[in-house]
Amino acid sequence: MSLSLFIEQSLNGVQLGVMLFLMAAGLTLVFGIMNLINLAHGSLYMAGAFFAAAFIKLTGSFVLAVLLALPAAAIVGAFVEWAVLRRFYSRGHLDQVLVTFGLILVFNDVVRMIWGVVPVPLPPPDALAGSVHLFEGVFYPAFRLAILAVGALVALALYFVVSHTRVGMWIRAGASNRPMASALGVDVELVFSLVFSAGAALAGLAGLMAGPITAVQVGMGEPILILALVVTVIGGIGSIRGAFVAALIIGIGDTFGRVLLPPALGSMVIFMLMAAILAWRPKGLFPVHG
Amino acid sequence: MVDSALKPAETGFIARTLRESWPILVVLALLALAPTLSSALENPFLIRLFTRAVIFGMAAVALNFVLGFGGLVSLMHAGLAGIGAYTVAILAFHDYDGSKLFGVFAGTGNLAISIPLGMLLSAFGAALTGIVSLRTSGAYFIMITLAFNQMLYYFFVALQQYGGDDGLQILASLDLAGFDISKRATFFYVALAALTLELLFFARLVDSRFGVILRATAQNERRVIALGIPPLRYKLAAFAISGAAAGLAGALWATGQQFVSPSELSWVRSGDYIVMAVLGGMGRVWGPVLGAIVFVLLEAFLPSWTQFWQAPFGLVVILIVVFLKGGLIDLVGAKGPRAPGGGGH
Repeated sequence: MSLSLFIEQSLNGVQLGVMLFLMAAGLTLVFGIMNLINLAHGSLYMAGAFFAAAFIKLTGSFVLAVLLALPAAAIVGAFVEWAVLRRFYSRGHLDQVLVTFGLILVFNDVVRMIWGVVPVPLPPPDALAGSVHLFEGVFYPAFRLAILAVGALVALALYFVVSHTRVGMWIRAGASNRPMASALGVDVELVFSLVFSAGAALAGLAGLMAGPITAVQVGMGEPILILALVVTVIGGIGSIRGAFVAALIIGIGDTFGRVLLPPALGSMVIFMLMAAILAWRPKGLFPVHG
Repeated sequence: MVDSALKPAETGFIARTLRESWPILVVLALLALAPTLSSALENPFLIRLFTRAVIFGMAAVALNFVLGFGGLVSLMHAGLAGIGAYTVAILAFHDYDGSKLFGVFAGTGNLAISIPLGMLLSAFGAALTGIVSLRTSGAYFIMITLAFNQMLYYFFVALQQYGGDDGLQILASLDLAGFDISKRATFFYVALAALTLELLFFARLVDSRFGVILRATAQNERRVIALGIPPLRYKLAAFAISGAAAGLAGALWATGQQFVSPSELSWVRSGDYIVMAVLGGMGRVWGPVLGAIVFVLLEAFLPSWTQFWQAPFGLVVILIVVFLKGGLIDLVGAKGPRAPGGGGH
């Protein structure tokens, strides 16, 4: 492997990592605080991409589309939380799996009804369409670099919010001991709705950033959902820090696995990584619940 | 959850089966008429439909052994069934091709060899992944089995020499120890017989000492440990047995279709199996068969009403979870003691 290929693949890996982190952050917080397994998280990712595509068509501006798509995804998330999932916080995991599985089917069909089965175009902004000359002989698509930067910034902001603000303190309190947090006067319902909507917006952000690279189509959220679940499990459910570390491990591991190993093995690398880490630490790298 | 007394059967197996499980006896008898009905109506679609229902039923029954009685919400049973399916298909591929698997083993079209081998490999896959996943519990278990399902999916997608994404057509002629079972009606009866045997097997197993320990583990694992019984090895054995049964369903699926495709291994199919089990009722060994029949009928007839049938289907699933907690069994009202159910923790 030449140095330039190594750098390019490392950047790809980190970029996949920050995307996974955006997905896993919502997933891990929703599980950590509300004890809810949300398989429909991938649908919010898909929603983000489709909203962005629709708003670009409407406004012609990528930035404006992003600014509109994020609240739209958050509103969809808040609605689903309010209409359906709120009833399932105290139910068993099996019921949660079933109900969110049902939601995926509904989401996919609704998107199919509105946008059809053909992939929808989501062009990157003109300013980021080209490649950047990093250094001698190494070019890298500007849009992917932008994803990396945005992802890293959001991760930093999230870290700041969760560990240095009052809302973040509520969130952490809720994640480590929900009844106690509630008893100490934290409005847990409000925190639930807030976290769910924020998670939806982050998933939407990941989706609309992935749109120009992959394809905006029905079911696009499901492969990334699986990877995000792997990240969540490896990091330790409920841990933002764990999600970040695990997202980078999985992003880089997956990218290099596919480049270096034969395809049958390369596609299995991250799952074997997961198995190895869980055999060593069944509760993930950074367990939250005692 | 309040612990209920779990004890092996006191009365005769046949009398109890008649009393508690009459709905499935009726359903199996009606299913046995499907080929006759199909030829009387000159509608070959019907027999394909019911073959699909029987095989999905087998996979869902296999899943429900660990789901309904072991409390293990596994999202990898499509993958486990896929191991069985690909075993049959790959051996048939080498039989047709004349080449050797790994350069050592000759292929075969004899199902008396390939189906047991497929079951063995599925059981092995279940045991291997179970060693990691069963050490965890609750949400971790669900997510890990989901991840392992996708691992199997991507593994078979990556096997380019066996068709990769497009799937693998079985071109060799398959036989069961010399018997030709390729005719639709013959194959249907073979599948129905396999389902019946599977139901009998699991019904006995659930009532055995092993089954009692498994159910007790689902109810209260700590108490089982306190009794001096290590639950992990029981769960592992149950998971492997369930995997073998799923492998059988997959192997029959491949045989009936003369084709395997990775899409049958996708995690969505695993979710479908859970829906079937819950829809039919997890409290009974045979409950999932009802769920599978309803699922296949919905899947076949909803699209003829509307192109967008998945949304109503998803809504049905959501409504069932919200309202019908015991599955369809609650509607037919079969009496008798219940399995603990996998709803809990």
